Amino acid sequence: MATESRDYTEATETDRELTMSRAMVEAIAWEMRENEEVFYMGEDVADYGGIFSSTTGLLDEFGRDRVMDVPISETAYLGAAVGAAQAGMRPIAELMFVDFFGVAMDQIYNNMAKNTYMSGGSFSVPMVLTTAVGGTYNDAGQHSQTLYGTFAHLPGMKVVVPSTAYDAKGLMHSAIRDDDPVVYMFHKRLMGLGWMPSPPGPKTGVPKEDYTIPFGEADVKRPGDDVTVVTLGLHVHRAMEAAEQLDDDGIDAEVIDLRTLVPLDTETVLDSVRKTGKLLVVDEDYQSFGVTGEIVARAAEGALDDLSAVKRLAIPDVPIPYARSLEDEVNPGTDDIAAAVRELHE
Amino acid sequence: MVSVTDLRTMYEQMVTARHYEERLVDEYLVGKQPAFDISAGPIPGELHLAAGHEASGAGVCIHLRDDDTVTAPHRPHHIAIAKGVDLKRMTAEIFGRKTGLCRGKGGHMHLFDPDVNFACSGIIAQGCPPAVGAAMAAKKRNTDAVAVAFLGEGAIDQGGFLESLNLAAVHDLPVVFVVEDNDWAISMPKDRVTDVQNGAQRADGFDMPGVRIDSDDAMAVYEAAGEAVMRARDGNGPTLIEVQVHRRMGHFMGDAEGYRPEADIDRAKQRDSIERLAEDLRSHGVTDDELDEIRERAHERVEEVISWAKEQPEPDPEEAYENVFTNPPAQAATDGGAAADAPGDAGETGGDN
Repeated sequence: MATESRDYTEATETDRELTMSRAMVEAIAWEMRENEEVFYMGEDVADYGGIFSSTTGLLDEFGRDRVMDVPISETAYLGAAVGAAQAGMRPIAELMFVDFFGVAMDQIYNNMAKNTYMSGGSFSVPMVLTTAVGGTYNDAGQHSQTLYGTFAHLPGMKVVVPSTAYDAKGLMHSAIRDDDPVVYMFHKRLMGLGWMPSPPGPKTGVPKEDYTIPFGEADVKRPGDDVTVVTLGLHVHRAMEAAEQLDDDGIDAEVIDLRTLVPLDTETVLDSVRKTGKLLVVDEDYQSFGVTGEIVARAAEGALDDLSAVKRLAIPDVPIPYARSLEDEVNPGTDDIAAAVRELHE
Repeated sequence: MVSVTDLRTMYEQMVTARHYEERLVDEYLVGKQPAFDISAGPIPGELHLAAGHEASGAGVCIHLRDDDTVTAPHRPHHIAIAKGVDLKRMTAEIFGRKTGLCRGKGGHMHLFDPDVNFACSGIIAQGCPPAVGAAMAAKKRNTDAVAVAFLGEGAIDQGGFLESLNLAAVHDLPVVFVVEDNDWAISMPKDRVTDVQNGAQRADGFDMPGVRIDSDDAMAVYEAAGEAVMRARDGNGPTLIEVQVHRRMGHFMGDAEGYRPEADIDRAKQRDSIERLAEDLRSHGVTDDELDEIRERAHERVEEVISWAKEQPEPDPEEAYENVFTNPPAQAATDGGAAADAPGDAGETGGDN
């Protein structure tokens, strides 16, 4: 049934290019056809097709029983997904914006994340929690966060952050087939929405058949010898753009897309740091106590002798502001990344 | 009409539950006296005992099958016993032992028994949404299984409960919500937290039937729950039931109940649903000798499970890293060390089943 993980370059050679949302939906539809226990529920996921096109077309094919609009009642339906998963079904439940986690976090981190452990392994919770993350479109502090670190911090959830259509499909197949709760965080800016144009990069070649991408395998998007740039989500593309600029100046940056935070591919980061000796971590989450600190800590634990310089770029511990000038200031941009790499390279 | 067999079963479950709680008091206090130290003694942690709640657990669960799901709150023992949870392994779990239901990772508030689809949890109203989900699964799979969410009257103001009523109602899901009203949310009497004294009225707002049983009477619970469970099984949607029960002990062991009037404590002890059911049994021709026999059998069973549990080994420290995931990541060693082992096999633990 499942095919092996594919080489990224091979995938981009396929003729058919999809947006990230199309790729994600294709995987969901494939799994729903194969397995009657898979169903999708969330707010505005049926007739609307998901505010960020996470479920476009699914209602037509599968009907309301399997593509369920639910009341605005995240505690009830996310907790219901836990109950259905413990009964052996494979629900996918969508939290429209990750920022809404506050109204339902008890079900997420006390039930979904802990019941496997607290039951001593006698119950599994094979569900996927899909959620839209990220800013760059001036939606202010309650609709623009990524909260990558919040979910990765709490044990018991696998946390997935695709940055391309190819990865979005493979990671979704893996997420639905996984016997554990998976938080699948898709960046709004990468989905390929007409009303929120994506940068070049997330739209990639995508094989028609199903394939999985194993969790815990970071993707070296661009090999380089001078500076390691570790990032995820939208900032993979900003880092790639920065790397191209730097290349013109003779600075060779290696860009690593983590792809999954739990499990985290520490080895790929360490291998790179051992080669370059210089580490920049770029994150769209808050800086303190988050992803950037974790990556730097692991690099220090595993390759301290090889490290000569470290920097991190993240949201500088302020809520995400509304006005363009303010949001641009706090969200690391391509130029910020390029400047940070130059500093490390000096 | 209730059969004498059902009445006997309920009676046996109720006296088992009562004796179980009374014996846990003894065991819990070992090593914790004279100066109470919650972390000392053979039973660690908090202990919320349900003496006085027995009629609710027995009267509802008598209508349930193993494939029906029950979620219970932090005061779960009487419900677990009535649902048929493996009592040996449950007791071992309460003692924090390796062969406990959850391998010593849950404790008395977090008991999980997949064989009878039972789970309980420690946060108020937390079990309501998963019960709705179990009912959703049953409906999608076209089985006639149902789910029952037990909660206390202190939980009826929680969003999770109200949201669950709504979701269950709008999707016509086979769920029964059972509120056990023991008058006290720790130290808060009901009339200081809600103006609605009949919690079953909450059902009106969701267009679902709501029934209150005022009398701590196993027979009355049996009748109301039977109707609600049948309604759910027949695909006619959810029901909310509130049952008046009594808290014969403190909120948890160690609670001196300084906030509670003496008269209320005395009243709780006088209204004994077990004695009431014994009367019902006598009126059905069951003799005192037979009742004594049932009680003795229940006591023996309780003694047996407690002795068994106390003989069980503690978990090995390294088991703390197991069961974070069912499918642990391959590179768990570099991932904080958690969940490095294969999925658990709960098989060879020597419990009841």
